[in-house]
Amino acid sequence: METRFSSKLVNAVRKGPLHAAILLICLIWFIPTFGLFVSSFRPANLILTTGWWKAFKPPFVFTLENYYKVITTSNMGRSFINSLIISIPSTVMPVIIAAFAAYAFSWMKFPGRDALFLLLIGLLVVPIQMTLIPVLRIFNRLHLTGTFFGIWLAHTAYGLPFAIYLLRNFIGELPVSIFESARLDGANHFDIFFRLVLPTSMPALSSLATFQFLWVWNDLLVALIYLGGTPTVAPMTVTISNLVNSYGGGWELLTSAAFISMILPIMMFFFLQRYFVHGILAGSVKG
Amino acid sequence: MAEVTLKNVTKVFEGNVLAVKDFNLTVADKEFVVLVGPSGCGKSTTLRCIAGLEEITSGEIYIGDRLVNDVPPKDRDIAMVFQNYALYPHMNVYKNLSFGLELRKIPKDEIDRRVREAARILDIEHLLDRKPKALSGGQRQRVAVGRAIVRNPAVFLFDEPLSNLDAKLRVQMRTELAKLHQSLQATMIYVTHDQVEAMTMGNRIVVMKDGIIQQVSDPLTLYNHPVNKFVAGFIGSPPMNFIEVEVVRQGNDYYVKNGNFTVLVKKDAYEKVKDYEGKKAIFGFRPEDLIDENIVKPEEKEGKLIKARVEVIEPLGSEIYLYLTSGKDSFVTRVPSHYKAELGQEVGFVVDLEKSHLFDIETEEAIY
Repeated sequence: METRFSSKLVNAVRKGPLHAAILLICLIWFIPTFGLFVSSFRPANLILTTGWWKAFKPPFVFTLENYYKVITTSNMGRSFINSLIISIPSTVMPVIIAAFAAYAFSWMKFPGRDALFLLLIGLLVVPIQMTLIPVLRIFNRLHLTGTFFGIWLAHTAYGLPFAIYLLRNFIGELPVSIFESARLDGANHFDIFFRLVLPTSMPALSSLATFQFLWVWNDLLVALIYLGGTPTVAPMTVTISNLVNSYGGGWELLTSAAFISMILPIMMFFFLQRYFVHGILAGSVKG
Repeated sequence: MAEVTLKNVTKVFEGNVLAVKDFNLTVADKEFVVLVGPSGCGKSTTLRCIAGLEEITSGEIYIGDRLVNDVPPKDRDIAMVFQNYALYPHMNVYKNLSFGLELRKIPKDEIDRRVREAARILDIEHLLDRKPKALSGGQRQRVAVGRAIVRNPAVFLFDEPLSNLDAKLRVQMRTELAKLHQSLQATMIYVTHDQVEAMTMGNRIVVMKDGIIQQVSDPLTLYNHPVNKFVAGFIGSPPMNFIEVEVVRQGNDYYVKNGNFTVLVKKDAYEKVKDYEGKKAIFGFRPEDLIDENIVKPEEKEGKLIKARVEVIEPLGSEIYLYLTSGKDSFVTRVPSHYKAELGQEVGFVVDLEKSHLFDIETEEAIY
């Protein structure tokens, strides 16, 4: 017992600094979010005059008015729906296309395969800003600007290089003999893709989908450029950024609006945490 | 069931790597043929060529009467068992077995019958609902074999199926596969680098080296009459002893001789060694073909005795391996466990001439 206790103690002391650092980082990340959360329930005049921590001293004044106002007057409801309409296809499309592409890049032989893959990897380093004007001009000509379809295409294209790269790493690592065995079993490429590769790649596909969804959901730049601020199509990020402009210092509305936009990503994180972590490690750690 | 014929099969990989050269072999219907050789000898490539997983560079492969050079793997009527089992990780055992049948649009009840039959033969009925992850190595191996059985193919191909198992399980699966061959009465081609597997399982053994067939024969012929030094050294454990000697003639008799001993050439081989008189050659004898001089009559020792010093003693329980040196030559012998010897002791052994071999020093072909 004695030794077990002391070894535990040694362990705790040794790992102490690590744990302290992690706690500190968590706090640094968490405090602003928590402040935002508290502020979103405070009346406008209090937000402007005192810090959010004062909310925990009497008089305890909390209100739902900010949420009410944002949802009813500033198009947040519509924007929430728009964000979903934008994000879901913009996630599904690149993941599916990337899965097909990753399979082809890993397991099909065709001329120029490696060159094409290298080109694709090269696209990873092209900054998005460089593409905005040329793509916008093409979109204008094709009348895709301001349409959901246009932004689906844009997000799909921007997401594909990384998506293919990530999935190829995963799908390419599946053991060769499984594919050979399937071929002997009588499977063609479609059988192999749909019945073997897709089911076994679920972890990679889910983590990729999580990433892509969060990126599209939080995106302001691409939406602003290709959709503009039209209320019928604007996602939440655009609407929130407009809040600042139209209301000047409408802090109290910003806080609640921001929190509404965070709900979905936070929920996703909690439910898909496992895949999220897996996705970060994908490619770097085997197994 | 079918015969498999390979005619002048050659496989050259990209970058001009010759893997298999001019391979000729006919595997009879219901025969169990083992391809054996050190790694990189082209045995797996040959098997993969038969399966259709590799395209052959030249030559012809027949399964039954059908030329299958341009037939895709799935239509060759073969099934293959892989070294790493290649089970589908997301499917349970039942699905793993039925997958190939479903793809071939076989009716559901027929699939069910075949899967259960295979599971019964392999004693894995209780595992049908498990995923491969939840199986031990031996169980996975059975499922992999089962996947081949349900297909009821003309030819079974095995690519080192037991190499990933631990030693004990390997011995057990070895006998089970041999039994399976007897009960299924199917043509089987089996690749291994393990000469014990080859010897115990095959009706016939094909020994390969550097993409070229060295010898094709039944296990005992292979053991007793190897055609060259490579085969002689590859089959058998511990391997055959090789000692460089000179062929000399004394009177009417031929001897092989080096600085430390002089041993007779066996009588019926005199005709064959005639041309080697005065030339160097390699004398070969197996560890078990040395007999303790103390149990041999003095008149039978003459021209057969080798004196040597004991360097290492390896007691295995059932027998002892003695590592001996005679001058600069060293060799190994196996003696009964009651044999008494000390390190450094001088001992004498009598060579069983009938089982000795002589190889050409240049070509390494067997002289006798």
